Amino acid sequence: MKKNLLKIIISVVAIFIIGTFYVSLKKTEIYDTKNLVGTNLDNFELNSLNKKLKINQDLVKKSQYTLINFWASWCAPCRAEHKYLINLKRNAKNLKLIGINFKDEKKNANKFLSEFGDPYHYSAADSKGKVSINFGVYGIPESILVNNDLKIIKKFIGPLNQDEYTSILNLTN
Amino acid sequence: MKKIIFIIIFSLNFFNLNSDEKTKLHFEIYKNIRCLVCQGQSIADSNSEFAQTVKLVVKDKINEGKSEKEIYEFLISKYGEWIVYKPQFNKNNFLLWFFPYLALIFGAIIIYALIKKKENNKVN
Repeated sequence: MKKNLLKIIISVVAIFIIGTFYVSLKKTEIYDTKNLVGTNLDNFELNSLNKKLKINQDLVKKSQYTLINFWASWCAPCRAEHKYLINLKRNAKNLKLIGINFKDEKKNANKFLSEFGDPYHYSAADSKGKVSINFGVYGIPESILVNNDLKIIKKFIGPLNQDEYTSILNLTN
Repeated sequence: MKKIIFIIIFSLNFFNLNSDEKTKLHFEIYKNIRCLVCQGQSIADSNSEFAQTVKLVVKDKINEGKSEKEIYEFLISKYGEWIVYKPQFNKNNFLLWFFPYLALIFGAIIIYALIKKKENNKVN
């Protein structure tokens, strides 16, 4: 009887340990958006990159949908997604784009925009990157799709691709 | 004059003590925050963009008078519980907290049973 109980206890502990390792090793998603999607955007305020304008949540409320894109001139993947942002500005009817320039020099940011085109309706500067933490940003580029109730609909980690571009178009048109 | 010098020295020491405590608190919090873009490093050990930015945010929050718990809660709300090394106690992870104690108890039971068994074998 005692022997059996011991065997059962050892087996249960072994299964638990193996199970924990199995689940943990299978888990590859470190970058997770589940904490943000469905929640409301925190209040924020940033200076415009070039104009004397405050970029904040009130601006987001004005448009049916807003895509907040985090970028920098020194970020190579930002160049890869740039064409999708340009196309979104052109083709997405109910969408406004806010570009948040992350830890960048103003002159470099402006050079980037004049060279590759300006896809943003509003450009803001987050020179120290602190505001990006309020948006749950890991690194750049990242984009957050928000509706006019300030609800986060989707978050895109890494450069936008064709599928994501299509999904944004479908969601907003 | 002596009084004034004493007050100045006392104030300087008081501010130093305060800033030492703050630095200690900064470091304690940094050590418990995972650098999400690094391999197994806390933000205290990392110089990545992410770690540097989170450090700035933590400093700001402390200066705003936020407690350690409030800072963790803020970061968890943005990045999930994975960002803290010490998970908070809740219904999803209570087993994680109790498992070491359960393992200790079961281990003790197993060792006790084995010793008892040996003793019984010796007697027989």
